[in-house]
Amino acid sequence: MWREEAPPAMDELRGILESHERDPGELLQILIKAQHAYHYIPDEAVALIADHLRVTRAHVRGLVGFYSFLSDTYLGEYVVYLSDNITDRMQGSTGLATYLCNRLNVTLGQTRQDGRVSVHFTSCTGMCDQGPAGLVNGVAVTRLTRLRMDLIAELINARQPLDAWPRELFLVEDNFRRSDVMFRRAFDPGAALKAAMLRGGDETLKEIQHEESVDPSSGHARRQGADETLKELYRSDLRGRGGAGFKAAIKWETCRDISALERYVVCNADEGEPGTFKDRVLLTTYTDVVFEGMTICGYVIGASRGILYIRQEYWYLKSHLEAVLARRREADLLGRNILGSGFAFDIDIHWGAGAYIAGMETALIESIEGRRAKPRKRWPLPVVAGLNRRPTVVNNVETFAAAANIALKGGAWFAGHGTSHSAGTKLFCVSGDCERPGIYEYPYGVSVREVLRDCGGLDAQAVQISGPSGVTISRLEFDRNLAFEDLSTVGTCMIFGPQRDMFEVVRNFAHFFRHESCGLCTPCRVGTSLLAALVEKVAAGKGSPMDVAEVQRISQLLKTTAHCGLGQTAPNHLIDSLLKFRGDWDKRMMTTEFVPAFDLDAALHEARQLTGRDDALAHL
Amino acid sequence: MSPDSKKTFRLDGREIPFREGQTVFDAAMAAGVYIPHLCHNPDFEPHSSCRLCTVIVNGRPFASCTQPAVAGQDVRSDTPELNEMRRDLTDMLLVEGNHYCPACEKSGSCRLQATAYALGLQDSHFPQLFPHRDVDASHPDIILDRDRCILCGLCVRISRSVDKKNVFTMTGRGIATTIVVDSPSGLLADSKVSRDDEAVQHCPVGALMMKGEAFKVPIGQRPYDRAPINEDSVARFRAREAALHG
Repeated sequence: MWREEAPPAMDELRGILESHERDPGELLQILIKAQHAYHYIPDEAVALIADHLRVTRAHVRGLVGFYSFLSDTYLGEYVVYLSDNITDRMQGSTGLATYLCNRLNVTLGQTRQDGRVSVHFTSCTGMCDQGPAGLVNGVAVTRLTRLRMDLIAELINARQPLDAWPRELFLVEDNFRRSDVMFRRAFDPGAALKAAMLRGGDETLKEIQHEESVDPSSGHARRQGADETLKELYRSDLRGRGGAGFKAAIKWETCRDISALERYVVCNADEGEPGTFKDRVLLTTYTDVVFEGMTICGYVIGASRGILYIRQEYWYLKSHLEAVLARRREADLLGRNILGSGFAFDIDIHWGAGAYIAGMETALIESIEGRRAKPRKRWPLPVVAGLNRRPTVVNNVETFAAAANIALKGGAWFAGHGTSHSAGTKLFCVSGDCERPGIYEYPYGVSVREVLRDCGGLDAQAVQISGPSGVTISRLEFDRNLAFEDLSTVGTCMIFGPQRDMFEVVRNFAHFFRHESCGLCTPCRVGTSLLAALVEKVAAGKGSPMDVAEVQRISQLLKTTAHCGLGQTAPNHLIDSLLKFRGDWDKRMMTTEFVPAFDLDAALHEARQLTGRDDALAHL
Repeated sequence: MSPDSKKTFRLDGREIPFREGQTVFDAAMAAGVYIPHLCHNPDFEPHSSCRLCTVIVNGRPFASCTQPAVAGQDVRSDTPELNEMRRDLTDMLLVEGNHYCPACEKSGSCRLQATAYALGLQDSHFPQLFPHRDVDASHPDIILDRDRCILCGLCVRISRSVDKKNVFTMTGRGIATTIVVDSPSGLLADSKVSRDDEAVQHCPVGALMMKGEAFKVPIGQRPYDRAPINEDSVARFRAREAALHG
């Protein structure tokens, strides 16, 4: 392992610490900056950060050990992460990783002797429509080919700063292939917010502030526009777009009605579900819509602070997001006196550091508070006691975008699209074996077949709906509908063509869950490990019917006893695969009832060496 | 019994009285019904991580240590399916670490061992994971053997909330989760931990032990040698209830 000659100077970290308050909630944000500055978190940094925030060193080390993009060993001047999702693999990522490692003369996962570079795999980076993808020093690189790997290796060997690299390496496209009623035309910043404030009130914004009344149940001022906007939200029947599908209006109203000194709006932009990238597109091109939806939520519930929690894979969007926030402050769409109404609201950005579990709303709140992203106990719910134990609305990026549209055009307009149980339209992230991967907006209720027809993937043998935690559907089910009442979805369709070995899909997913389990509860922590080991046993040609029974038994245990959604859904892909693609398992299986996971004869190897025996009787 | 104890829920067909604010677990144990558990110690805040106390409430599974008791709800706990799952969870904890009950100093007062007996777990069914975890024997009085840790988080919670020292926390994630010690070197010897710390007293397994005291109580006379953990836990819980609520 590479060792630095002398401890690194901590001047840069001191600067970072000065720019942050002495609030333990800043810990993860500080660690991310320190990681970017030093390419690891040295012991000296742990001590300085712990002193600055008045937390223990163990607490700081606890975070470094938890988040994938933080490291306690030096990773090199250039740190390359390659996306390890199944779609990246299908696009050749495994071979490209070996190729790059050879070009750079490094071993995967190890820092080169001269301290220049290391190459690693990471879970999906959210670029499935333009993979194989990866990150170089936190910045996304797409459409990797051998040619591009040659170029990257050259640039690293020549120690070229990232700013001097050709821009096309970092090009990220929206690939917005189909728009429906929500994302058809440009959005006029402020229009939805004005509509919300004026709703049910007088024609001029100035008069709105005179209509405040104090609601005795919540103890804070109510605005008529806020009440009317909430009614529109009810009328819209908008359900959360993050997967669970909870009615947004109920969440907002519950949060509003709980007595508290402060409440918060949190936008969950930690889309870690492999195969999902719609939030990336929304935050790139429809940034104002998202921020405006958050602001409207703040207005409705009476919050003054919003937080965008975004995965670090989208670090390249940092200056863009900050510029949009600055522009909105300039335009009085954020700040102390929004549109002259007296309503104060502002938005901070909090970055994640490589943890799929942070997408779980309570784990996300823990992460914003500067802790390991572990899901909280079931009760109380975040709308009652969320961030800083105060009422908090946590919604997905797409949900806020929909809320802004509803504020602008009304609930009836929204409810007029989609199905009776799933109002509105939905963004779908299409990737894998099809001609036109990208983002598709459809009214809810669209059939899988229609999506496949539009993207050019009709010859598929399977589609993974909603990512690894979702549902695997076979050709027989392509007429099923994408909606809460049938195939409930975060909006992800990973397409597998007829040439794909579906066992390789579960193999990838099983390792994903093993890697992303937070480790809190027994069934998920140990179960995902045992499941990945069983899948490997089958992959090695040593699987028996008993192993399949074991997969089913452990899967059931996870579904029933795991603490949170990650563990409860982690075995879905295995159950579906065994049901629908058993052939791809069977061709690897041994026909005997039981095969042990270990080789009895190999286990005697050490004993043979110690005793110096290698005769026939020393073998089994 | 307090005046509002008329509220009840059904547990495996039996009416269980509860006070407002009690969990399903608390009410069951107070009524003399044992629900297997490892990460929970009723004297400290619940963690709901071992999941052994999972029960079915109105058809859906919940950890009983954090699930509020609600009047009229239907709770299933002592069912063959749930007990088999508890056996599997206990087995998972055993194969996840490196446990060697016959040679362990904690034998007879180890909650993991006793719970395995109570659930009828005769041997390990899952393959051993053989983790490589550091033993910390640097402290003069206390040993931290991470191999025997079941990540219940009791030392973390107690050191923070009772001892006010924050000596222990967890790092890593998933199967690589381990306990870390707060000190410049990361070793117990350089930490603020002391032999009187509550955090050291409540380790349910042999992960945190006092040096030189392992055999003060001879094997055969230890708590779970004398009574199975279900009887012992219920008796302790009821004594605690009587002391707290009269």
